[in-house]
Amino acid sequence: MSVDQAEIEKIAQLARIRVAPSDIAELTERITGILDMVDQMQAVDTAGVEPLASPLNASQRLREDQVTETDRHGEFQGIAPATESDLYLVPKVID
Amino acid sequence: MSDAYWETVIGLEVHVQLATESKIFSGSATTFGASPNSQASAVDLAMPGMLPVLNEKAVRYAVMFGLAIDADIGHRSVFDRKNYFYPDLPKGYQISQFDHPIVGRGHVQIQLGDGSTREIGVTRAHLEEDAGKSLHEDFHGMSGIDLNRAGTPLLEIVSEPEMRSAEEAVAYLKTIHSIVTYLGISDGNMAEGSMRCDVNISLRPRGESEFGTRTEIKNVNSFRFVEKAIQVETERQMDILEDGGSIVQETRLYDSDRNETRSMRSKEVANDYRYFPEPDLLPVEIEDSYVAVLRESLPELPAAKRERFESQYGLGSYDAGVLSGERVIADYFEAVAASGDAKAAANWVQVEVLGALNNSDLSMSDCPLPATELAALIGRINDNTISGKIAKQVFEILWNEGGSVDAIIDSRGFKQVSDSGALEAMVDEVIAASPEQVQQYLAADEGKRKKLVGFFVGQIMKASKGQANPKLVNEILAAKLDAAS
Repeated sequence: MSVDQAEIEKIAQLARIRVAPSDIAELTERITGILDMVDQMQAVDTAGVEPLASPLNASQRLREDQVTETDRHGEFQGIAPATESDLYLVPKVID
Repeated sequence: MSDAYWETVIGLEVHVQLATESKIFSGSATTFGASPNSQASAVDLAMPGMLPVLNEKAVRYAVMFGLAIDADIGHRSVFDRKNYFYPDLPKGYQISQFDHPIVGRGHVQIQLGDGSTREIGVTRAHLEEDAGKSLHEDFHGMSGIDLNRAGTPLLEIVSEPEMRSAEEAVAYLKTIHSIVTYLGISDGNMAEGSMRCDVNISLRPRGESEFGTRTEIKNVNSFRFVEKAIQVETERQMDILEDGGSIVQETRLYDSDRNETRSMRSKEVANDYRYFPEPDLLPVEIEDSYVAVLRESLPELPAAKRERFESQYGLGSYDAGVLSGERVIADYFEAVAASGDAKAAANWVQVEVLGALNNSDLSMSDCPLPATELAALIGRINDNTISGKIAKQVFEILWNEGGSVDAIIDSRGFKQVSDSGALEAMVDEVIAASPEQVQQYLAADEGKRKKLVGFFVGQIMKASKGQANPKLVNEILAAKLDAAS
């Protein structure tokens, strides 16, 4: 299986990673290499094998529904680039 | 063409906020309306190294919902990451569930305006975390982010595309609302966003088995808007199809001010959430014994209650539906019906109580009139202390000023006049003052007399300010008029 340049650009966009046009050729080759390895694994017969959601043979421990956190927004906002009226400020994004 | 030709196909995705004290994956509070970011912990903010720990109550509530809709409960439930970038989602992914949801296929019964019922399939319901809130007011050209809501537990309930009209969709939504509030797993407060709804809608010629192309209307947050959004979107699609056009599969927004739907700005890249199993959470095992205990603890649900109201109290299916729709209304009705007159209780609750609540824009939980007082009021009608007409006056006073039924009847002198001496005097007076009507009465045959007697009763009720015992008045009148002949 191989990926083309358009797919690399789409993945980069979804992951919000800026990829320089000069790097695309090399990335295409390397990701194709990774996918070849996946193809190899796909060739194994897994009929009757449950997909693995976690490599640990254990189940999730649950916590009681209790409020254990206190208001620490002052501390958290101390390291934020911009805040106002207790809100974090970010560049405007309307989706 | 138009309505007779096209069939509307509707499916709903309902997000229900679960009524837990703390968030689904952290110990932050979930209180509505707290000051910005005061309930956002390091986990909710996605600080490096923070790990989610699942809230047992969120799991319990989801299982309870599953049992209530007769669904398969996933014995092994898996969380997945749904990846997308948005400033109110600090991790860059939402923890949700993809192919092992906690609740599998189930169904609910909806009731329509004519009292008939229909079954609607629920495809699945899964647990997920809510995102924060973005405020786009002017912060010097920036957006403000409040992460208090980030991590609030949601149950997303996905229906089968089995609804065929706005009425059915609203009935379905009301049924879901009624089930989750009966179970107490959500406050169901739509104004505060505790229940939000995405509507999938498409049209196809009647008799066609393939679905048409659908649009999704996001985040509709009231029963009325769901109804209106479906109506205008149906018309929009119909116009396009009848002009020979085709529907674009897209996400739309309902604008209630203009009563129209419009396309959300199309994204450069179509949604591609790249789901994969959440490595920070292990699969959740749900034991049979856990489910069995919850099954035992389920309250009587709306559909069962409606049927019981019909059989136990002899109510019609519409009345039973209204009275069982909300648990607080049902409990109130039953408390009033305990006085013994269920039919009167059903009437008073539906007409007077729900009417008065509606007029003052209150919900049942704010009802100022205790059920015991309404029961006492019905008791006083039935034991002939007051007439039904006076009872409405007493009701108004109780509603607006409070107090007790008997004290109001005493202090206002509302007591029905059942003293036959006093009533006879009144009857005599009216007869003496209406010689013409008496002559008419005497000249009339048996059948007509019954009608004419109404005039005298009316006069006496007027003279007594509605306080004469109507049964006694009728008896005395009949005797006196017949004696005059």
